[in-house]
Parts: sequence; structure tokens; C-alpha cells
Amino acid sequence: MTRRLVALVLVAAALLAVPLVITNEFYLNLASQILIYGLLAVSLNLLVGYGGMVSLGHASFIGLTSYTAVLLLNAGFDQLTTALVAVAFSTLCGALFGVLALRASGIGFLMITLALGQIVWGIAYRANNLTGGDNGIRFAARPQPFGVDISSAPHFYYFTLIVFAVALFFIWRLVRSPFGAALQGARDQPRRMRMLGHNVWLIQWLAFVLSAFWGSVAGLLYVYYNLFISPHAISLQQSAETLLMAILGGASTLTGPIVGAIIITLVKNVVSTYIDRWNSLLGAIFVIVIMFMPFGIVPGLRQLWVRWRRRAKTERAV
Amino acid sequence: MTPALEISHLKKRFGGLPATRDVSLTVMPGERRLIIGPNGAGKTTLFNLVTGDLTPDEGSVKLFGREMLKLPTQQRVHLGLARTYQILTLFPKETLLHNVVLALLGLDRSRWNPWAYLAGQRRLYDAARAALVQVGLGEIAERVVGETSYGERRRLEMAMALAQKPKVLLLDEPLAGLSQEERKQVRDVLNAVPRDVTIVMIEHDMDSALAFAERITLLHYGEVIVEGTRAEVVADPRTKEVYLGE
Amino acid sequence: MQFWIIQTLNSVAFGGLLFLLSSGFSLAFGLMRIPNLAHGGFFMLGAYLGATIVSVGGNFWVAVLGAGLGVGLIGILFERLILRRLAGNVQGQVLVTLGVSFIIADLCLMIWTGDPWTLPAPSELRPPIRLGGFAFPTFRLVVLGIALVVAAALYVLMDRTRLGAMIRAGVDDMEMARGVGIPVSLLFTVVFSLGALLAGLGGTLGAPMLNAYPGLDADMLPLALIVVILGGAGSLLGAFVGSFAVGFLYNFGIALFPDLAYFILFLPMVLVLVFRPQGLFGRVAS
Repeated sequence: MTRRLVALVLVAAALLAVPLVITNEFYLNLASQILIYGLLAVSLNLLVGYGGMVSLGHASFIGLTSYTAVLLLNAGFDQLTTALVAVAFSTLCGALFGVLALRASGIGFLMITLALGQIVWGIAYRANNLTGGDNGIRFAARPQPFGVDISSAPHFYYFTLIVFAVALFFIWRLVRSPFGAALQGARDQPRRMRMLGHNVWLIQWLAFVLSAFWGSVAGLLYVYYNLFISPHAISLQQSAETLLMAILGGASTLTGPIVGAIIITLVKNVVSTYIDRWNSLLGAIFVIVIMFMPFGIVPGLRQLWVRWRRRAKTERAV
Repeated sequence: MTPALEISHLKKRFGGLPATRDVSLTVMPGERRLIIGPNGAGKTTLFNLVTGDLTPDEGSVKLFGREMLKLPTQQRVHLGLARTYQILTLFPKETLLHNVVLALLGLDRSRWNPWAYLAGQRRLYDAARAALVQVGLGEIAERVVGETSYGERRRLEMAMALAQKPKVLLLDEPLAGLSQEERKQVRDVLNAVPRDVTIVMIEHDMDSALAFAERITLLHYGEVIVEGTRAEVVADPRTKEVYLGE
Repeated sequence: MQFWIIQTLNSVAFGGLLFLLSSGFSLAFGLMRIPNLAHGGFFMLGAYLGATIVSVGGNFWVAVLGAGLGVGLIGILFERLILRRLAGNVQGQVLVTLGVSFIIADLCLMIWTGDPWTLPAPSELRPPIRLGGFAFPTFRLVVLGIALVVAAALYVLMDRTRLGAMIRAGVDDMEMARGVGIPVSLLFTVVFSLGALLAGLGGTLGAPMLNAYPGLDADMLPLALIVVILGGAGSLLGAFVGSFAVGFLYNFGIALFPDLAYFILFLPMVLVLVFRPQGLFGRVAS
């Protein structure tokens, strides 16, 4: 337990020190991006990993939040109202999507979420006078929470880090809470859970809503970071990328999706500066991970570690 | 007195095949009822209709006088119904303790709490441990289900149901696949269940459960053939015909 | 009047094209229980292959055949080398088809660049047919005719042949089919590559109407998904009716309510998934 605490303190210190070490704005912004996508992947993982519901429409919450925020701000609302209403509206849509998607399970669930994601994308793409269509639409300026200016890269990084840490703390609590246990139980044995008195539908729907909520928070960070939203950001490919982050890192763990987000974001940005075959690489990673690493990197490494420790122990015993 | 479980004119067809035809059954509070019948008699289907896993085509199921057919499974559980499964339905990657905790959570308001630390809930864990001790699994409470024997898993099924302190307990072949020694353990557990719990038990193998039953219902092809006291049913020629004669 | 007649004809012709795209897709979905999310990529690949064959001097009909065979071969490889290894892991299979769709899209972009490739209809089919004062585009009528011929051929295949009987058995009840000794895994390859072949043919036949361009795959895949969800996976009749229904919805949707075209398309899909998950004509519950 204490060792974990030490590790946690070290990671926190490292995260806080990032802007001191990385002074190059490009790389610092990359760190902010990782946090945003990390939150998006962790929020999706509530569904995928802990709930066993594979969604291909999670990027729609980026879109719902971002477009709502842009429209509200342009209509003259203040930043706080804009942020609250945008996240609330997007979460509400998530609640509706959950009702629809939970009519089915497995592949049916996946396809309904895909269709819903495409509807959101299609509206963004086609409703020109509202969304700017393919060209996208600009978000006027970042807010100034408590009067603090977050327009510079380091300040924005800290802002994102705080939101990320708060979100991760809540999700961490949830995962080991009674509700989290019920969610995982409903994933493994829905029929038995009902027979134990659990309302499986309600558990899964609440998980969907919570996942949508944190996804919407990530969406808000997205529009703050980019100051811009276009249909490109909420395409099927973005949903698939988010899912890949969760699976690549390890959907059965809390930290896995963050590792996935780090890898995908770095590879995407670094690779795309050299070659423009990012999509091929993304597809290839997808295929390889699913075929050879179905449980992801974090559980895979953990297994190696356990094996290594066991071997070290037996060697010492000899 | 209101019956603990009152099933009347229950019917269920799968495609064209009737699995349950017009079954009526009344179990009084505190009773130990045995339901026997050859394979395919519709015993498990009857349980599934009572719990709500299946919806009947016709009929009624009342728990202490309250109609349950319109209620989803989990609400029936909250009214005091519990069951074990013939085909083990457990959480294989979790500890025995966690399995029982999930059972307790099902009836506990704290199941909606997304904030508290589950492993810190003494009340739940103490109750879960007690339920495991009750079935003789106290020693291995921390073991993962995947690493336990079949007999231990059968008893875990029982512990999960008993932990919920049900009013009516449905046991689907709790003795199936157990050794003589393990059967005795399970029978002792059952004998120790207080009388305010009504027990309905399915058994395929009549001999092993006979001593336990006060009243016996014989099902055959989805119909009640004989019902009565142990002596009456055993003596009935129709029992010999459909069951013992096999 | 002219508008309605032309739109109706366009809808019917587009419906025929959609049938080529989605009939094999539907059979594979019904049999293997997975939607092949690379199917739009197969169609796009067919369009590019066809356009390339014609551009190096090939005959249009040779191009159609070549594209069909080429994409069919890719289908065989994909099923044998990748999907097969994930047997039993339905979710994994779906995600792999998605991964492959990204690869196909990107390789097409690399090989054929970002500019659209046009493929003119064969010269003998360019003059329109005049009937009762209206001019009907001949090529679209021919595509419709081909789709109807393919539909008839598939009907005979499914309803009158041993292979078709085996496929139907597999769609209805996989375990039962395995139990009575039907070579289910061979069927997977046959049906999957048949779907790829039809998508390849359809790609080239569609190119004179749609062109070959990056994003064609992402435009077509949802249409195939909608057809199958409306019609029910594994149902040939469902794919047939669904194709023409979507043909009309799509054409009139874009012509009349351009802002809401996607909404009009996806809403029926969501509604069917929610209220009748087996599809309007489907027998298998998903």
C-alpha cells in the first residue's frame, strides 16, 4: 500500500514537473492532448472494460459538447453557463443514446452506437448554417477560471491536468465502489445479477450516462484546446481510435486506457510529421492488438512482472 | 394461512412444444417441498417461470399472496425469493467472499453508491463471511472461485442464496454431482435452515433428497402427476410408472 | 414532373447498386454473425481497380470482372488469414474488420491519390433512351438490369442448390448445421469472398455514377449497414427490399432535405435496431 502511495506521489510530481522540463510548446501541447484523449479513453473504458459494452460512437460526445459550447458562446452566454449547459446537454443526449443502445447487447449495441455516432457526425457535416459543415466552426476564446488566464501552453496544461486528476479520482472511486462491483458483475453474469436483486438495465444505463458525462468533460477540454470543432473530430475514425486506446492499453484496468492514449497520441503526432500513412499504421495496430494482445499492454506487462518476480523468488530460494 | 408460493395454471410453450402445461402448486410457509421428475419434466423451466427468467404464456405466480408475473426478476428477489442454479452461475474470477458480497449487495441500498470503498464495508463482509461459514467454506473465503472444487462451488451457490435471508428458497438440484461426503454436508446445511424459510427443491435423483422432503410433487412432461406426502407419493403406482420404473 | 421521374429512376438504379453492395454483405453477416466493416473499403477498391483497368486501355466489362475477381481474392485472404484466427471472438472480428477498413482506405489514398478518378460509362451506353418525351440514362438502366440478374442468380443459388441450402442452415442455426456435418468454416470463406466479389463488381459499375474518391468507403458502408439492418442479416429478400428502400430514402433525402440526409437515413436504422432487432425480414435474433 505504501509502495503504491510512493508511486502515486512520484507520478503526480512528474506530471506537475512536465512544463518545467518540457519547454518546447509543441511537446507541451502534446502532453495536454494526451491528457484530453486519456480522459476520453478512460471514460469510454467505463463502458467497454468495466461494463462489457463496446461502443463505436464515443466521439459524438466531443461533438455534442463542442458544438453546443460554440453555439452558446456565440449567442452571448458567459463561459461558465456555456460550459455547464454544453456538458449537461451532451450528457442528456448520452442518456437518450443509452436508452436506445441498451435495447440490444453485443454486436447490436455496437451497431446502434455506431449509427448514433454517424447521426451526430452527419448533422455536424450537413447542417451548414448551424455547424459550418465540413469547414468547422471556431470557439472564440478559452475561459478564465477564477480569473486565471489559461491561454498559454503551460497554463492550459495545468488546467487540463487538474480536470483530468479530478475526473480520474472520481472514476477510480467508482471502479472500486459497490456500484463498480455491481457494474462488473452485470458484465460477467447479467442473469445471475438479476437473480441476486440487481437491476442490470439500470446499472448499465447509469454507467452509460457516467461514461457520456466524462466523455463530455473531455469534449469541453477538446474545444478549449483546439478553439475549433469540425466533423473530422467526431468521425467514426475518432471513435475507433478512442476504442483502440482503451483496448491497446488494457480495457480491464484503470490505467490501461491512459497508456493507450499516450501511445496512440505520440505515434500519431510523431509519425505524421514524417510520413502520412498514419491511417494504415492505426489499422495495423488495431489488427495486431486484437489478434495478439487481446487483453492489452498493461495486463500483459503485469503478467510478465508477476512471472519475473516469481522466478526471482524461486532463484533466491535455491 | 396465505401460501408462501402459489402457482396456478401456469403454461409455457417453446415454439410448438409445451414445456409446462397447466401446473398448479401450493407451498405453505415453512414447508420443505421436493419436486421430482425425469429429465425433461419441466422442473427447471418451472423455476425459471417463477423467478421471471422466462415469461409464461398463461397462469399466475403468487408470493405470499402477491402476484409476481408483472414484476421483473430483481423485484421478485426483493420480495424474498432466492434461487440456486443447476448449472453453476458464479463469478469465476472473483473470490468466494466477493461472490457472496455481490449477493448481499443485491438487496442493499449501498449498491448504488459510486463513491464508497467496497472492500471497506465491514457490515457486508462480515455477513458474507458468516454465510460462507454456515456452508463450511469459511476457511477458503479468500480463494478465487476458479481454484475451488465442484462441491465447493455448489455450496457457494447455496451460501449466496442463504446470505440473502430469503423467505422462499428455490434449490435447483443442489446435490447434483456431489460425493457422499459432500451430500451429507449440504444436507446438514439445509437441515439447519430455520423454519421461517420455505424451501422448494428440485432433485433428479429421488433417493438422495427423499429424507429432506415433507411433501413431494412429481412432474412429468410439464404436468403434475402426483402430489402428496412422502409416503403417499412413494406408494403411488403412477410414481413407479413414470419414475421409479425407469 | 421531370424531377420526380428522374429522381425515381435514379433511386431505383441506386437501389440496384446497393443490392450489389449489400446482398453478399448481408449473407456473410447472417452466417458469420459479424458486420464486415471493411465492406465499404471493398466497394471503393473495386471502383479504383475498375477505373485503373479502363485507364490502361481495358474494356469496361473486363474491368468490372477484373475488379470483382481482384476484390474477391482479397476477401478470401482476409477471411482465411485474419478472421479465421479470431473464430469465436465476435467482437474482435468486428474490430479487426474496422482496422482493415482503415488500411484499405489509406492504401487507396496512397496509390490513387486524393483526386477523384472518373470512369466514363461504356460509349455504347452513353446515348439516353427516349421514351414518351423523357430521356432515360441508359447506363443506369443497365446497372439496374445487372442487379436484377444478380438477384435472380442469388435467389436460385440460395433456394435451389445444395450450397444455398447449407448457407441457409448455417444462418438459421450454426450449431445444428455443424452437427449435421455441414462444412461451416468452408462456407464462411465462400460467402465472405462472394460478398467481396459482389462489392468489387458493384464498385466498378457504380464508378460512372459516383466516381472513385477517398471517402467513398465511408459513404457506402453505412448504406450497406442500413440495408442489412432494415432487411435483416442473412435474408436475401430483406437485402433486396432494403436496397431499394434505402435507394429512395437516400436520393429523395438528399434532393429534398440536404441538411438532414444522414438523419433521414440513420433514424430508420436506429428505430429498427431498437424495436425489431432481427430486422424487418430477418429470422435470426441478433
